[in-house]
Amino acid sequence: MDFHFTPEEEAFRAEVRAFLDENLPPGTNTNDPSFIAEWNRKAREKRWIGFSWPKEVGGGGATIMQQVILKEEMSKRKAPPLGTCFMGLAWVGPAIIQYGTEAQKQRFIPDILDGKYQWCTGYSEPSSGSDLASLQCKCVREGDTYVVNGQKIWTSIAMWSKWIILLVRTDPNVTVKHDGITCLLVPMDTPGITVRPIKNMSGGAMFAEVFFDDVRVPVENRLGAEGQGWQVTVSALAHERSSIAEVEGLKRKLEEVKELARRSTKNGRPALEDDGIRRRIARYEAKIEGMRFNGMRALTKQLKGEPLGAETSINKLLRAELEVAFGEIALEMQGSAGHLEKEIDGGRWQRFALSWPEVVIGGGTPNIQKNIIAERVLGLPKD
Amino acid sequence: MNFGFTEEQELLRQEVRKFLDAHCPLEEVRKLMETPEGFSRDLWKQMGELGWIGLPIAEVHGGAGLGWVDLVVLLEEMGRTLFPSPFLATTIAAAAIREAGSDAQQAQWLPLLADGSKIGSLAYLEASDRHDEAGLELAAKPNGAGFVLSGDKVQVLDAAAADLFVVAWRGGLAVVERNAKGVTVTPTPSIDQTRRVGRVRFDDVAVAAGAVLANPAALGRVLDLATAAVTAELLGAAEQAIRITVDYAKEREQFGQPIGRFQGVKHPLAEMYVDVESAKSILYYAAWCLDEGDADASRAVSLAKAYASEAFARIGIDAVQLHGGVGFTWEYDPHLYLKRSKWARPAFGDSDFHYDRAIALGEK
Repeated sequence: MDFHFTPEEEAFRAEVRAFLDENLPPGTNTNDPSFIAEWNRKAREKRWIGFSWPKEVGGGGATIMQQVILKEEMSKRKAPPLGTCFMGLAWVGPAIIQYGTEAQKQRFIPDILDGKYQWCTGYSEPSSGSDLASLQCKCVREGDTYVVNGQKIWTSIAMWSKWIILLVRTDPNVTVKHDGITCLLVPMDTPGITVRPIKNMSGGAMFAEVFFDDVRVPVENRLGAEGQGWQVTVSALAHERSSIAEVEGLKRKLEEVKELARRSTKNGRPALEDDGIRRRIARYEAKIEGMRFNGMRALTKQLKGEPLGAETSINKLLRAELEVAFGEIALEMQGSAGHLEKEIDGGRWQRFALSWPEVVIGGGTPNIQKNIIAERVLGLPKD
Repeated sequence: MNFGFTEEQELLRQEVRKFLDAHCPLEEVRKLMETPEGFSRDLWKQMGELGWIGLPIAEVHGGAGLGWVDLVVLLEEMGRTLFPSPFLATTIAAAAIREAGSDAQQAQWLPLLADGSKIGSLAYLEASDRHDEAGLELAAKPNGAGFVLSGDKVQVLDAAAADLFVVAWRGGLAVVERNAKGVTVTPTPSIDQTRRVGRVRFDDVAVAAGAVLANPAALGRVLDLATAAVTAELLGAAEQAIRITVDYAKEREQFGQPIGRFQGVKHPLAEMYVDVESAKSILYYAAWCLDEGDADASRAVSLAKAYASEAFARIGIDAVQLHGGVGFTWEYDPHLYLKRSKWARPAFGDSDFHYDRAIALGEK
């Protein structure tokens, strides 16, 4: 056990800090579009956008430890994200790098790195949520064209996206449902695509339903082989597993909860002096530390080249619990005013208490994570 | 950056596990827990010869000179089989002498503890049930260069077996031999028969100057080391309670299928696993901080103990419940772990105590 870093790693950390000192001085308005443009231009110069990607495709070719250090330093300073094409950087790009043709790489990777437009993700369907591999969106090949008919749902930012990475069923007659799924890359302006935003419980609309009605996609837009779609999707989700960004985000949020506790009153005293509140906050701190060192253990395994088990499910569960809990404790500390829309802090805690589902439910509900742990780690029989 | 155990540590784990499985499986633990002394002198002697008792004691004093991270490995394995022995007690007493004793004092007592020829125990808790120095009311009257001690210590680990006690009072620590005049030991049986504790009464016990430990301010660190040790042992036990329940859930069939297929059984087991793994992660960090003398050690120890005690309490109960009817028979093992959780939860401070302490340390 050793938490020390090598001199090279420390030098890289210093480089990141110097960059932040220069480009993110205190008081920077990180919502200003011209700042964001400049920020990303400089980050791109450093090759910190797509930092883990191979240098040949324009990435940074970073080691796992460099990725961890960059993420940690960025999170600590509340830096804006590196790059703007979120899903492109998170999984579309990695999938194209791993499974794409040379032509696909040249066509898409530079645009993802430069944030030219958004990608969205067409995985879930009305009848295929947690059981994603049961998806039924129909796809028939006609010569050099695929014809897609069906529906996707919970597609984040579909209304602002130029492209969609889409999972479709090319073979309905397979014995194993994971087979017979194919991955397509489709322009959102293709005739036959209709987007209908879904209003969520916060009143906003980040998700949409996407309908496909005889949508014609050239075969050259297929990613990976026909029937390989499941593999393409799953392996592209594997990435650096330190949870460092999530942990830093949760730590910051807990500090905000504590700050709220200092100026809220409970039984005539600051809530932060109340034993019940204090212990709840300490429990959250323990769980965040648990996540942090679970992440370090996973990272150590990753550095040794050992396969990872359900480590990510453990941290996803803890994170889900904390995201819900922070909203709850915040509203509870506000007492009778807790349900008022904009009375306290402009309503940011109310918005927070209504927005956790995006994180908690997206990417696998807590119950699904528990199944994964019970079956893959504890070896209990599958449902 | 490396947050894993070394090959040597993994090897130690395997050796200890092999030894305990061979010499002290639960059937043997059940026999030992019915005996008056509650542990095997023969196994104790063997462990001394294997060098495990002296593991964290410096080499110059006859130990292996390893640290708390290594100790965690050993204690997790002992917790797994609820191994009954004065190991925890002796380890904590040795840590107290190491942290608070002068070189001469260490040289006097540590070799005796390292090979197991003497059993030691820390006597600190009193009727106040407080796990900090403010709870200490034992009277220590100056007597020449030494002291005269009067008062009671409770929950002293392996009090009946101990040959020497490290006794704490406000501002002082001393080594007192079991057979010193005025020392009375009364066993206080626990519902956890695999764990022995007792009351130690001091009636005007004279302590010579040479037995008064040189650096009593080390008590705080000693309690941190002890708390980490207790946490390691309890997490080993908690992990095994989950294992036993998982094995049962795979085997036991109802409604035509193993009960482990039902999410009502699966999900609580997954939750327990998440808690044990996360508490282990914090504990490993805490042990590393203790070995490195890192300033974050106390906060980390408290978070680990708080999280682990709470998790183990739940695991003990759920292990019994998930076993159904057989879960509360004497024959099946869950009750042994449930009972251990009743000792472990308050030992060296419960969750409330350690959560309060952790958040206060974070505010400093």
